[in-house]
Amino acid sequence: MDKLLEVRNLKKYFKSPRGTVHAVDGVNFTIERGKTLGVVGESGCGKSTLGRCILRLIEPTEGEVIFEGENILEAKRKEMKKLRRDMQIIFQDPYSSINPRKTVLELIAEPIKFNKIIPNATELDIENRVLELMEVVGIDERLINAYPHELDGGRRQRIGIARALSLSPKFIVCDEPVSALDVSIQAQILNLLRDLQQSMGLTYMFITHDLSVVNYFADDIMVMYLGQVVEKAPSEELFENPMHPYTQALLSAILIPEVGANPDHIKLRGEVTSPIDPPDECRFAKRCNYVTEGCRKGTPPLLEVSPGHFVACHCIKPGGINTLKETVFDEPKEACPCPPVEKSESN
Amino acid sequence: MSNKAIETAGSQQAVITNNEDIVLEVQDLVVHYVLKKSVVEAVNGVSFKLKKKRAIGLVGETGAGKTTTALAIMNLVPNPPGVIKNGKITVCGKDILSMKPHQLEKIRGKDISMIFQDPMTSLNPVMTVGDQIAESVRLHEHVGRKEAMDRAIEMLELVGIPGERAYDYPHQFSGGMKQRVVIAIALACNPSVLIADEPTTALDVTIQAQVLSMMNDLKEKCNTALVMITHDLGVVAKMCDEVAVLYAGSIVEYGTLEDVFNRTMHPYTEGLFNSLPKINNRHVPLKPIPGLMPDPTRLPPGCAFAERCRYATDACRAKKPELRRVSDTHTVACSRYDEPGFSIEGWRHG
Repeated sequence: MDKLLEVRNLKKYFKSPRGTVHAVDGVNFTIERGKTLGVVGESGCGKSTLGRCILRLIEPTEGEVIFEGENILEAKRKEMKKLRRDMQIIFQDPYSSINPRKTVLELIAEPIKFNKIIPNATELDIENRVLELMEVVGIDERLINAYPHELDGGRRQRIGIARALSLSPKFIVCDEPVSALDVSIQAQILNLLRDLQQSMGLTYMFITHDLSVVNYFADDIMVMYLGQVVEKAPSEELFENPMHPYTQALLSAILIPEVGANPDHIKLRGEVTSPIDPPDECRFAKRCNYVTEGCRKGTPPLLEVSPGHFVACHCIKPGGINTLKETVFDEPKEACPCPPVEKSESN
Repeated sequence: MSNKAIETAGSQQAVITNNEDIVLEVQDLVVHYVLKKSVVEAVNGVSFKLKKKRAIGLVGETGAGKTTTALAIMNLVPNPPGVIKNGKITVCGKDILSMKPHQLEKIRGKDISMIFQDPMTSLNPVMTVGDQIAESVRLHEHVGRKEAMDRAIEMLELVGIPGERAYDYPHQFSGGMKQRVVIAIALACNPSVLIADEPTTALDVTIQAQVLSMMNDLKEKCNTALVMITHDLGVVAKMCDEVAVLYAGSIVEYGTLEDVFNRTMHPYTEGLFNSLPKINNRHVPLKPIPGLMPDPTRLPPGCAFAERCRYATDACRAKKPELRRVSDTHTVACSRYDEPGFSIEGWRHG
């Protein structure tokens, strides 16, 4: 096993007037070289914060991020600048993540110049490199002097990809890279990212809320809920044998574009609860259809229940011991799809 | 689209539905946005009909003309720059486009309601949600303050929010609950037609599932016909009885859900399905549609999809395709079907 990245007990807390937001709370995982780890979860589960903490775009509160055997959280400013060449990010919104006042040439040349990728480069060397990158990501040569507003979302996202690739990184965090794009363009970008992975041996952390995309794209999938990992498994295993009640509900909510393929989803109670000073219990307990007394006693650890399949649930133990039993609630579930919940935060 | 083509389309669709129970009829709608230097041809001859309790999905990508069609049905196209060049829209027998503003006020919210995409911005932040629902009731049903508020509380409970929360402000609700409030406002006066413009795009998957199930239940309970505008074919599969696929402001394929999903005819519809990852088989490679949608200020003379279509011939680029009838319920706009024996490769379930 060739580990490229290992994350140990990573935490990010934000102070707010109402308390401490536990955005990422004790996350552990490894990514092997050349593989893709998919990170899924609903808004506010901490998946983007996690991606940014790994690159130190946000300083984590606690934990270790080990990239090629080196804890990057201890790296000095200068070392970090060097490390960033190996670790890049592609952002979600191609409309706001690039400078509207720069041309395609300037945008792609910027990271090359800043990191002095080509020693003693002339403007011509840089332009040639930019043209090379434009070809790799599929932007027409004629658009080299175009401004972002002249381009559509798909092409802008290609600029974002070219900028990340310009430093020949080993690892790229893709933070919802296709969410803002139309389906036909989305498929173009997904295929491009997959081709690049094969030709350049890239390793991806792929953050998304779209489960069908992550199933297509990732080797392993990690499901997050309120800052914690609730389940992690190889993609096929996760889709065939989801164990955590949250994963099951999430998968049942996928809408399949086939006639009659969408039977009723698993109904969860309430809505996502607040990540501010959460009590020491299973964070999913308030919404779980299988909740027991025991679920309120401490945060469940992430355990390997079968080879490669990790679950954090008080009712699921290694060796396939599964004591999930549907709980009978006082109020009838059917009458009201959304029984009283605490006032949740506005988004 | 030429006038002749439109006539063909119109007469074909007359076959699809006979006149009983038709609550919404759009005939040959043309909407342009006239700018200083150019004209955006947003909607170019869209026609469809909708019966009571049925749901139609308007599917298409950004810029296909979905939202403009919806705004035209409400007669809300911003003018200027929007101009409804042609067309007739009938809601419950009333001609929407010839109405005066004060007449429209009586229709909107009563006969026809609309839910917008973003629940975060479509509520008034300084009014309690109860007041916002009651406002619509008082306007249309001429009842007192107390009665309207009772009705508002009833509506909130119908969409699954405890009635006592009527006195809360929008910021105290989460995204999914705000969208429920918006739905409660839209349904407060029992409209015959509900237009939902990407109602769940801004929501998380589990919340989306809740909201869609609820909309399905309410559609039955309230006898409402639904126009569902979406880019998500999964949402269409769950919610709709009929589907109209839009491309560059025209309907390219129109039929029942089974027609369009199981007997796909148009190359664009096929391309959309091929662009989606198959949930049952992650090894099916994605086949994206090459290229981009044409610039709506410079639509090509022939078929708007020809440039991206792998079946296109020179004839496709020269002449606009007419909507042709495939069966009583299914129409498609593709010239290649002039040739006997032509078929697309088809989309197979993964």
